[in-house]
Amino acid sequence: MHIIKRIWRFYYEGFRNMGPLGKKLWIIVLIKLFIMFAILRLFFFPDVLQQQFSTDKERSEHVINEISKP
Amino acid sequence: MEEALVDWSRAQFALTAMYHWLFVPLTLGLSFIMAIMETIYFKTGNEKWKKTTRFWMTLFGINFAIGVATGIILEFEFGTNWSNYSWFVGDIFGAPLAIEGIMAFFLESAFLAVMFFGWEKVSKKFHLTATWLVALGSNLSALWILVANGWMQNPVGMHFNPETARNEMGNFWEVLFNPTAIDKFLHTISSGYVIGSLFVIGISSWYILKNRHLQFARRSMLVGAVFGIVSSLFIVLTGDSSANHVSDTQPMKLAAMEGLYEGQEGAGLVAIGVLNPKKTVNNDEQAFHFRISIPRLLSLLAERDMDAFVPGMRDLVHGNENQGLPPTREKMKKGDQALKALNSYNQAQKAGKDSLASAHLETFQNNYPLMGYGYFEEPEEVVPPVGLTFYSFHFMVILGFYFLLLFVLVIWSNINDTIGRKRWLLRAALYTIPLGYLASMLGWVVSEVGRQPWTIQDLLPVKVSTSHLNAANVELTFWLFAGIFTILLIAEVSIMVRQIKIGPK
Repeated sequence: MHIIKRIWRFYYEGFRNMGPLGKKLWIIVLIKLFIMFAILRLFFFPDVLQQQFSTDKERSEHVINEISKP
Repeated sequence: MEEALVDWSRAQFALTAMYHWLFVPLTLGLSFIMAIMETIYFKTGNEKWKKTTRFWMTLFGINFAIGVATGIILEFEFGTNWSNYSWFVGDIFGAPLAIEGIMAFFLESAFLAVMFFGWEKVSKKFHLTATWLVALGSNLSALWILVANGWMQNPVGMHFNPETARNEMGNFWEVLFNPTAIDKFLHTISSGYVIGSLFVIGISSWYILKNRHLQFARRSMLVGAVFGIVSSLFIVLTGDSSANHVSDTQPMKLAAMEGLYEGQEGAGLVAIGVLNPKKTVNNDEQAFHFRISIPRLLSLLAERDMDAFVPGMRDLVHGNENQGLPPTREKMKKGDQALKALNSYNQAQKAGKDSLASAHLETFQNNYPLMGYGYFEEPEEVVPPVGLTFYSFHFMVILGFYFLLLFVLVIWSNINDTIGRKRWLLRAALYTIPLGYLASMLGWVVSEVGRQPWTIQDLLPVKVSTSHLNAANVELTFWLFAGIFTILLIAEVSIMVRQIKIGPK
């Protein structure tokens, strides 16, 4: 428990005492992750097979059909 | 599959991968350089080395933060644009990518915090260990993704399940120790080390040119140059090993890299040359307008025998009976048989005709290693874009030797104490930073364009790998990415430049 407390303290103080450059970089990272996961992933990059078919069997049949007709 | 869709899907993937690769190699190289610098600080206790390490660590942090997660978009694209391919590769990709995620999370994320927050809070030894673990973690992350790429170039250690249309991992160790993957990993990370070295030397040169932080710059430069020389020599070794394996597993790629149309015994390696764009595998035009070759070196590199036969593109397309090379048309027939048998097998399975199904299964399994050839209409389709592959390869090699020369000159001038007077060398070092990235990108072009038309060598061509999407939508996301990544790049460069101008504190 003591160790977990020390690790928590280490991270907490690290983030609290972070300089302006570190804060700027964290803002860029968070904006980037938001754009990637909340915008690009949701609206532009659906998993096609997950979206179009509900079971792995259907997905397999679809891909077999796709790849076995040259 | 619609040609525009395949082209835009490829362009989008290439754009994303190349932008991602703008950030990765500096992380790989700079992490080891700062670990070496911190080791010197740990051994000597000299505070100047601590200052030096902390400065490069700041630049590492900027690059890491801007570049982090840019590779995730590639995984999004697998599911959206390359769904047939993603399904087909099955768990071969899943396992290495999962390990990569765990490695990246535990090693990089945990110890990165110690590296940045821990200077005054943990012991010197623990801090140094954290820095080395960040370097190792970054490089091990690269291992797993390159294992996946190596498998695509040389698929081993799996078996295809015709009922699920997925490749299943047969032998994890065979996939991990695939010679193509190991070569690719070592060659790629060492190119990152060279970029890290060029970056450190280039920035240090700028300080010397500006007459600022001279001692710091020379200290950094020396570490960068020594690390650069060692890495460059390692690149030569891994490049040689790669060429040797490419000749076994992707002979068409090797022939395209060298513009070799007609196979030869004792084949020479082209040092410089200008290709004749009219030359094809079906005509008798000269392959080159001009070339200077090193006699018999290609045979030596490819086959470890100066007199060995190296097949040309023509031999691989039309066959060469004397050398036991079958024509591509023969492979196309086998591929066609595999595809038909796969279809028939599944129909027989559905109809409950077990004995018929097992007969089709046997035909399929016998021809599966060449299944991908069944998708081609003409044998010439197996030839990759020769010009792009050839010139990319040769520019990469020329740049590689130029970097080696630069590292030697920088070390020599530092030892002689003449570096400050050699302003041409300092300027050359500064302007060489982008050339390092160029060389590394060219390496990827050789690897990925040179293996066309395949996504997975001999099994799945690019045109069958893509999802059925609207080409206009793929084009839209291409430009969207181009915009986002360009903004990220501008952010990186501007923050980095500002920090460099501030200099070490």
